[in-house]
Amino acid sequence: MTHIAVPKTYKLFIGGAFPRSESGRVYEVTTPRGVFLANAAQASRKDARDAVVAARAAVGGWAGATAYNRGQVLYRVAEVLEGRRTQFEDEIVRQEGVSVSAARAQVDEAIDRWVWYAGWADKFAQVAGNANPVAGPYFNLSVPEPTGVVAIVAPQDSSLLGLVSAVAPALVPGNAVVVVASERHPLSAITLAEVFATSDLPKGVVNVLTGSPAEIAPWLASHADVNALDLVGASGLEWIDLEIAAAETLKRVLPPEEGPDAAAPALARIQALTETKTVWHTKAML
Amino acid sequence: MTFLDYAPAPESTALLNLQPEYGLFIAGEFSPAGGESFTTISPATEKPIARIAHADAGDVDRAVAAARKAYDKTWSRLSGRDRGKYLFRIARLVQERARELAVAESLDNGKPIKESRDVDIPLVAAWFFYYAGWADKLDHAGLGANPRALGVAAQVIPWNFPLLMLAWKIAPALAAGNTVVLKPAETTPLTALLFAEIVQQADLPAGVVNIVTGAGETGRALVNHPDVNKVAFTGSTAVGREIARSTAGSGKKVTLELGGKAANIVFDDAPIDQAIEGIVNGIFFNQGHVCCAGSRLLVQESIHDDVVARLKVRLETLRVGDPLDKNTDVGAINSAEQLARIRELSDIGEAEGAERWSPACSLPDQGFWFAPTIFTNVSTSHRIAREEIFGPVLSVLSFRTPAEAVAKANNTPYGLSAGIWSDKGSRILAVADKLRAGVIWANTFNRFDPASPFGGYKESGYGREGGRHGLAAYLRGAK
Repeated sequence: MTHIAVPKTYKLFIGGAFPRSESGRVYEVTTPRGVFLANAAQASRKDARDAVVAARAAVGGWAGATAYNRGQVLYRVAEVLEGRRTQFEDEIVRQEGVSVSAARAQVDEAIDRWVWYAGWADKFAQVAGNANPVAGPYFNLSVPEPTGVVAIVAPQDSSLLGLVSAVAPALVPGNAVVVVASERHPLSAITLAEVFATSDLPKGVVNVLTGSPAEIAPWLASHADVNALDLVGASGLEWIDLEIAAAETLKRVLPPEEGPDAAAPALARIQALTETKTVWHTKAML
Repeated sequence: MTFLDYAPAPESTALLNLQPEYGLFIAGEFSPAGGESFTTISPATEKPIARIAHADAGDVDRAVAAARKAYDKTWSRLSGRDRGKYLFRIARLVQERARELAVAESLDNGKPIKESRDVDIPLVAAWFFYYAGWADKLDHAGLGANPRALGVAAQVIPWNFPLLMLAWKIAPALAAGNTVVLKPAETTPLTALLFAEIVQQADLPAGVVNIVTGAGETGRALVNHPDVNKVAFTGSTAVGREIARSTAGSGKKVTLELGGKAANIVFDDAPIDQAIEGIVNGIFFNQGHVCCAGSRLLVQESIHDDVVARLKVRLETLRVGDPLDKNTDVGAINSAEQLARIRELSDIGEAEGAERWSPACSLPDQGFWFAPTIFTNVSTSHRIAREEIFGPVLSVLSFRTPAEAVAKANNTPYGLSAGIWSDKGSRILAVADKLRAGVIWANTFNRFDPASPFGGYKESGYGREGGRHGLAAYLRGAK
């Protein structure tokens, strides 16, 4: 007897749970040839706001964890990702219509990139920070700190690698993330959320929304409790309007990137989502 | 006569050699402007100082073209070593003319001469010295190999530290290899124009530094000019927001240093005498016209009454008056407009139920003056606890636990600076970790140094000025 497969319901990932969209909406995800794959949740404004609330609640704990601990948890994500690689490969083949070897290469790079970023967690502050030789009896140190809640429009033409490339650098310094996944290829995003959910990443540190970036991104861009907006995958949107909306609360905005080097791994991506804090302390006159 | 009464000791203005009228400084020369010129006055006496040119859009265009030409033909082809030598020259010229610049600054701005003489101008020279040395060491700034200049920088600065803000903007821009067009504030253009003379004396290639005077319209034309690669602004959050909107999608690199509502937190184990001095310095330095001013005093409840009582005693000794008098502690409010805003918010403070107190002090009849003021019984919802007053007005709140202090300190859309007063190092470090602000002063306040990055979190803006980070703001590829 053949086994009748039990297909997965792809839902959102908010605050460590997997809710359906509060709107009740779904949209069809298909292969490039139009074959039905799954119904993905179509997130609403309310879902986006719930995700921001979850991220805000999580950011203190994640930012306050030791850098070593953040590095350990992020490395754990790579381990679990590796363990589920066949599932990712399968989903990439079906969503993108690429060969198995191309899918395998994408997963390889996603894992390696994640490991690269994980290793930065307890090092980037040493590269980005400074001891400042001020002209006076003061101890003076500049250190990078996470910007806070980061909203990301993930690269739209990539299932897994684009998402990983945008989310990982935001997590390294201790930000919490609300990411809008690729609209056409959302399945890998939700499977990656399952990886997050089983990797000791505190709930709410990453929240994944699927649906229409054109619909959701404006709410995130104008949300007063979002500190930074990474528009890396927003080149197909009215992204200048998003940047203008973000100006209302002076969010840090990262511009869209296109081409094979989009969201390439870089220390600068980590630093772009940090703030420099400079602490002065008096020294006694001995 | 009490022991605090001194004979007047005004700094002489004889060493000033001001022109009755100043043009725009474009391509190394002063030239007339298209707009109707205006008068800059001394806020302490309301007496005119000089007529100042008002740059219109055409003038801004000329200035940007001059900066572009200087960038393409001269400055970008010069070695870092040579750029640095020009900056060292400027630093030396500032030192040589330090007293003159200090007097001009106090005259035009209203700040006490002891501040312009001992803080503003020495820091201006220090800023040029610091960045001069970076010009030929950009490869070692940790920004990758061979970082490159952005091009033409549009710089708009405020009236509270006129020449110092000019130095914060121009020194790193030039060291990194950019050329600049700078617009000083409408009410304080004088020292920028004296600086233009210094640029001439330093024989800086024409067009590397251009100074366009004017009002808000001039600044708007400058930051929105299509041939500008970098925008650096210090000023209000409202204008910063407007700049963020108007530059969206332009590809211009933008740094914004905006408003603040800093918490100055005093724990019960603080060295009280030093803390009192720090509180006074935090809010009454420069008449409170300081974006990082410690305008919200958070005092631990057990010492609240004692601190307020001592603060009042200390305020009785502050000398308010002639900015050019060497004994003056608090000078004039910079403009009638700013004075009106301070009065309005102070009146609102009273109306909302806070208790207002000022020391007995006689204010001059002419000019713009506001007595140092303390509000007690302030709650976190009061407008004087939330809005930037930008004047000599302190709002006092209390707290019981460190966690409450942190929560109250962070309860603001701003995040520029904060102060912590405690004798317990471990507590200072823990609280400093939790404060969402770009500059934290522990057992001190309002310290500035060219080696030390300065800038805000949240709606206090983005980017850093000072240090290696300040250099990165003017280089390509570097975040």
